[in-house]
Amino acid sequence: MNTGTKNMKRLIIDQSMELDCGNTIKDFPLAYETYGKLNQNKNNAILVFHALTGDQFVTNINPITKREGWWKHAVGPGKAIDTNKYFVICANVLGGCMGSFGPKEINPQTNKIFGTTFPVITIKDIVKAQSYLLQHLGIKKLLAVVGGSMGGMQVLQFTSLYPDKAHCAVPIACSSSHSAQNIALNELGRQAIMADPNWKKESASPDKGLAVARMAAHITYLSKQGLQEKFGRKLQDKGSLKFSFDADFQIESYLRYQGANFVDRFDANSYLYITRAMDYFDLEKQFNGNLSLAFKNTKSKFCVISFSSDWLYPTSENKEIVIALNACGANVGFVEINSDKGHDSFLLDVPDFLKTLSEFINSTYEQINNEKRI
Amino acid sequence: MKKEFKVISQIIQNNKRVLDIGCGDGTLMEYLKINQQIDVRGLEPKKNLVQKCIAKGLPVIEGDAEKELIQFPAKSFDYVVLSQTLQAFLYPEEVLNQLLRIGKQTIVSIPNFGYWKIRLHLLFKGTMPITKNIPYEWHNTPNLHMCTIQDFVNFCEKKNIKIDKSMCLTHEKISEITNLNMKYKNIFSQLGIFLIQ
Repeated sequence: MNTGTKNMKRLIIDQSMELDCGNTIKDFPLAYETYGKLNQNKNNAILVFHALTGDQFVTNINPITKREGWWKHAVGPGKAIDTNKYFVICANVLGGCMGSFGPKEINPQTNKIFGTTFPVITIKDIVKAQSYLLQHLGIKKLLAVVGGSMGGMQVLQFTSLYPDKAHCAVPIACSSSHSAQNIALNELGRQAIMADPNWKKESASPDKGLAVARMAAHITYLSKQGLQEKFGRKLQDKGSLKFSFDADFQIESYLRYQGANFVDRFDANSYLYITRAMDYFDLEKQFNGNLSLAFKNTKSKFCVISFSSDWLYPTSENKEIVIALNACGANVGFVEINSDKGHDSFLLDVPDFLKTLSEFINSTYEQINNEKRI
Repeated sequence: MKKEFKVISQIIQNNKRVLDIGCGDGTLMEYLKINQQIDVRGLEPKKNLVQKCIAKGLPVIEGDAEKELIQFPAKSFDYVVLSQTLQAFLYPEEVLNQLLRIGKQTIVSIPNFGYWKIRLHLLFKGTMPITKNIPYEWHNTPNLHMCTIQDFVNFCEKKNIKIDKSMCLTHEKISEITNLNMKYKNIFSQLGIFLIQ
């Protein structure tokens, strides 16, 4: 995979930032993209956080991969997060592979790529790095912070670190700490990558391992019912079983395609680092076992959203966030959206979800504009 | 807005914190927020109604009061409101205990099963009463624990629940319930509204 940086906005953060692991980084790049225009009052900015394999190219055609942005259903002109109205910002996470400081970058001291010599990063590091971007863009207070899955974790970490930097917050299909099952599934992916003999070679990339990691992960993003309805036991371009290990079933062929496609756009080491950051995420532990202390001073209005068929970050885990917010008297709404599309629901065209997202943000925007007038 | 909500809003003092259990589409919450500068929260089991509330910018949590009330800290609201829902719970007494724990004061309204039309319906027709306020048939009613105004007052007495205010509604007309007029109100009121702690 080759990512040129010429079609990218890249901020070089010239301050030094101490990471959770103890290392300090400085003069590091953060790649980002923006959509829409910042208004005069600078109160229409929305920071979108991407998930594990996302990037800063939220919508439109991604200039690097030439594919559509990962959140095209939710963000764009006239969409739930309307870029005619709002200024949408998204940064590639620290540790990522779309232009931000990550294991794919060249280590200036050795003139070789970092690879696994890159420091282990956390969700907190990822969020702190993005606060420099907000400074750079001159935004003191965001209208909203929004994200699903790992993006939702960043929403939680952001509101906890900066209790007065966002009018509202929408954590979607996420969790305040990774469960044993979440960690297990991520470890499966990492081991698939590390088992690939190409992983340790400088001249090759562990495409097979990364593809298997993606295939396994992809299953966790869908629901059993969704898979059954879409694929069932349907065969791929053949009338009967071939008594071989080719992709007889459509689901096999689909997963292989997902895996093969993924390696073109993602760096295996980034996959290791970012899944690690997710596993290490435990907001409760940051506050000595009391999650509600994480939000004690929050001024943000929350809308927590989960999906009925999401078994990766199930409603019960989203609800723990709601309970913690409630316990500290925060302003919180919560809805579980009915969908059979599993964890992936937040990325797809799920009308009830998109409507809730849009109306919550719109009502907040209206409210802050009304308050100004008074 | 229906008369019942007007009565409830008049009981609630301005600038307080209110939790509306079974807040529906958020009509009462919105009124309290705009007109009385109330810091409102809501709990509602129906998804479509929760979505309506969120669209209005109201902080409403989807959930069932019988399971969700435990999460709210003690005395975290000045008022907890439960409008015409107590009778629909599987364990109304437990819900009521939770309301009293969470709220400094609690406002509960109940459809009065002692209303004369209901009594006559059962007496003459011999079938389960169906009225404008209680329009269900016996097999599809969500109301598992109907009670009368007298029942509710007796219950509060027995459980040492202090009644600060008791009002009743008949054909949009509001009046106070006292010890003297209790028997009468129990026959002629459609709805009882109580402020308790």
